[in-house]
Amino acid sequence: MRRFAQLIQELELSNKTNDKIAALVAYFSEADDRDKPYVIAMFTGKRPKRPITTTLIKQWAIELTNLPEWLFTESYHSVGDLSETIALVLPEANNYINKPLHQWITELAALQGKTDEEKKEYILTSWNSLATQERFIFNKLISGNFRIGVSNKMLVNAIAKQSEQEANKIMHSIMGKWQPHEITYEELTAGAHVNTDNSWPYPFCLAYAIDTAPENLGATTDWQAEWKWDGIRGQIVKRNGELFIWSRGEELVTDQFPELHFLKDELPDGTVLDGEILAVKDGSVLSFSTLQQRLNRKVINKNQLDNAPIGFYTYDLLEFNGKDIRTEPLSKRRNCLEQMIGNLTTKNIAILSPVIEYKDWQELAEKRETAREINSEGIMLKHVNSAFHAGRKRGDWWKWKINPYTVDTVMIYAQKGSGRRANFYTDYTFAVRDGEKLITIAKAYSGLTDKEIKEVNSFVNKNAIEKFGPVRTVKPELVFEIAFEGIAESKRHKAGLALRFPRIARWRKDKKADEINTLDDLRQLLSSASL
Amino acid sequence: MGLIQFTNKGIYCKQGDFYIDPWRPVNKAVITHGHADHAKWGNKSYLCHTLTKPILEERYNLYGNVETLPYNQQIDINGVKLSMFPAGHVIGSAQIRLEYKGEIVVISGDYKTEYDGISTAFEPVKCHTFVSESTFGLPIYKWQPQQLIFNSIDSWIAENHNKNKTSVLVAYSLGKAQRLIQNLKSGYPIFVHRTIAALNEAFRKAGVQLPSTIQTTPEIKKDELQKGILIVPPALADGKWIKSLTNPAIGICSGWMAVRAGRRWRSADAGFALSDHADWPGLLDAIKATEAEKVMVTHGSTAIFSRYLNEIGIEAEEVKTQYGDEEADEKVEADIEENVTEKKIQA
Repeated sequence: MRRFAQLIQELELSNKTNDKIAALVAYFSEADDRDKPYVIAMFTGKRPKRPITTTLIKQWAIELTNLPEWLFTESYHSVGDLSETIALVLPEANNYINKPLHQWITELAALQGKTDEEKKEYILTSWNSLATQERFIFNKLISGNFRIGVSNKMLVNAIAKQSEQEANKIMHSIMGKWQPHEITYEELTAGAHVNTDNSWPYPFCLAYAIDTAPENLGATTDWQAEWKWDGIRGQIVKRNGELFIWSRGEELVTDQFPELHFLKDELPDGTVLDGEILAVKDGSVLSFSTLQQRLNRKVINKNQLDNAPIGFYTYDLLEFNGKDIRTEPLSKRRNCLEQMIGNLTTKNIAILSPVIEYKDWQELAEKRETAREINSEGIMLKHVNSAFHAGRKRGDWWKWKINPYTVDTVMIYAQKGSGRRANFYTDYTFAVRDGEKLITIAKAYSGLTDKEIKEVNSFVNKNAIEKFGPVRTVKPELVFEIAFEGIAESKRHKAGLALRFPRIARWRKDKKADEINTLDDLRQLLSSASL
Repeated sequence: MGLIQFTNKGIYCKQGDFYIDPWRPVNKAVITHGHADHAKWGNKSYLCHTLTKPILEERYNLYGNVETLPYNQQIDINGVKLSMFPAGHVIGSAQIRLEYKGEIVVISGDYKTEYDGISTAFEPVKCHTFVSESTFGLPIYKWQPQQLIFNSIDSWIAENHNKNKTSVLVAYSLGKAQRLIQNLKSGYPIFVHRTIAALNEAFRKAGVQLPSTIQTTPEIKKDELQKGILIVPPALADGKWIKSLTNPAIGICSGWMAVRAGRRWRSADAGFALSDHADWPGLLDAIKATEAEKVMVTHGSTAIFSRYLNEIGIEAEEVKTQYGDEEADEKVEADIEENVTEKKIQA
């Protein structure tokens, strides 16, 4: 546990990728072998079922500290993390124990099904045997939610380096189906489990945003252009009579999309498709907000099935007749894909994502401008000879997105951030004008530099009007340009509409609060956007 | 009206016609300690503890209009009995005790309850009204005993030496820097930035015993610094000069480092929760020991802390002052200085 606590501290204090990888490599070289699979599972979001609710944990901490609940809540707002708040406010432990990480995790898992009293006794005893930093880790183990800035790619690179294996293979291996208590670190790095597993997907090939004029990419004939769809990127795997649908978040989402289950009967064994899960009606792609009604639901009702029927727009073919063809050139994979989709008996559900015909870059640029009309985010450019790389690689694939919408707003609320920004007002709520009133339309917490954040922070400190818990209302004075990807009607928001992916584009120091946009401006945008 | 009032110039004692830690120029200023948010330049006359005088002289070139008082000695100002008691915050820091017709008020300035090995140890003073800070007035702040913190700083330094890194400790010039110099046990030569060196010199002249330190100059080679320990004020931590050192490892010494968010925000290589302010239990113990009937909370988590005091049966209210974070104020000073230094280098 102490070695793991040290790793977390090293990862948190460093903001350089190389240092983080070095810390991970050192950890995987030194740590208890039995701990390692659990750490990999945690960092890749393979979360065990939470044995105890947050409410109970919080309640026990409050009882133990004798603090009034409001004070605990204030402390939480200052710290920005519940696990850490509890670790800090609890009385000092008086009976230190150093158990290995896997033992803590196993003990926590064993609490499933126990009575609340038994759980409480275990938690209180554990708290009393851990120092602050380890207590924080312990609390994180209960929630299973470690967000410490380690991407899958970074983890894979570290494990690959430590075990002297290829990164691709490691990525395969850790993305497959395995349980930390059933596998050793050696088996995991050797990929012992993945061949016998029908479900494993390939790592997604991702694109960087284009950083040059497309003219500089060379001959148009070298580049296949496709629409960039705004849905859920997915892989459909059919092997040995079984069908699996993976989302890009490496989640198995097969059950969520019954419309695609016919592929189990119609796709040949040994097939893996890459594509986009979309809401599609009468041959038109619907907005992401429509698709959202279908996501993360355990039960889907008829209404949802009718409103947001699912389609799968295929981009690529990764496995063909049981053979990994990712290193074949794109043009060849596309041929196989067209043949494969053509052979399906059920038409119009799993279709080819169309290739855009264009003579020159100018024509493509014009077509890109029409992307919004068909609910596309822009254009993807893929080199005809490109392989389907594991992860993000510069050069072969580019995304060429349309420019976001923007709106000028004024900041009216501010709240302290969490995590590394817990001591600064970093989460802002923005409003547009509606007649004489201001009406909130978005909350955003990204897009400013540290220096600007400090500046806004001192403005908030000086201009706070009222406070509601952690929220401060501030004098409506600072104007920000908010960029967003889409707009949708919303009953939940007072403005009657909601922005998609709002973020701060610029701080408009040149503008005054009476120069901001109005709610009517946004309503017009809403009626012109295709829904 | 009682013995003190909170005015737009500072804490005012009408009966004695003087201010305590005023933030606007006044005729007579009684100063609790030398940090810039409490001791401002521009007052006609000053009264402070004997060891705060060298700070005012060094920082503001104040000579001739500074009177001093040792701890535990009472003087009379227009019938108000005034005395100073150690606040344990930094060298020379004092709680100001006022007594008039049987009413006793203590203005604590900033204070910490743990003895730091260099500032005179905090002494609780019984009073009717206690004016308290609450910089770390949340139950998440509970300091480790300073010996444990210094042990971890010492082992961090040792590890940096093994890895060929330059150890840079960030600590404000007045107080924290001297506390480090006094308590670090690694035996490496300690290099200090000019602002720290000047204060050290002033303290030595005033009779404070401090281990020896070397002032950094452009002539000192980077590998010499790498073999020692470098202490700089907060403003220099992000500066170009630090980045140009041999593998700099930056360790920030501040109470804010107790929380992960504080550590990550400052993007340091290490954070040590070493504070010159009282932690949550320290604040509560200190306040209870005064047996005060009323507590005025001046800066920090004022709203939260005073609400909590009221709930546990100690009458308290928050008052608005301009005291704040000495690190922020010191940053401004050092910023100016760094600009000057950079210009000199360019010229």
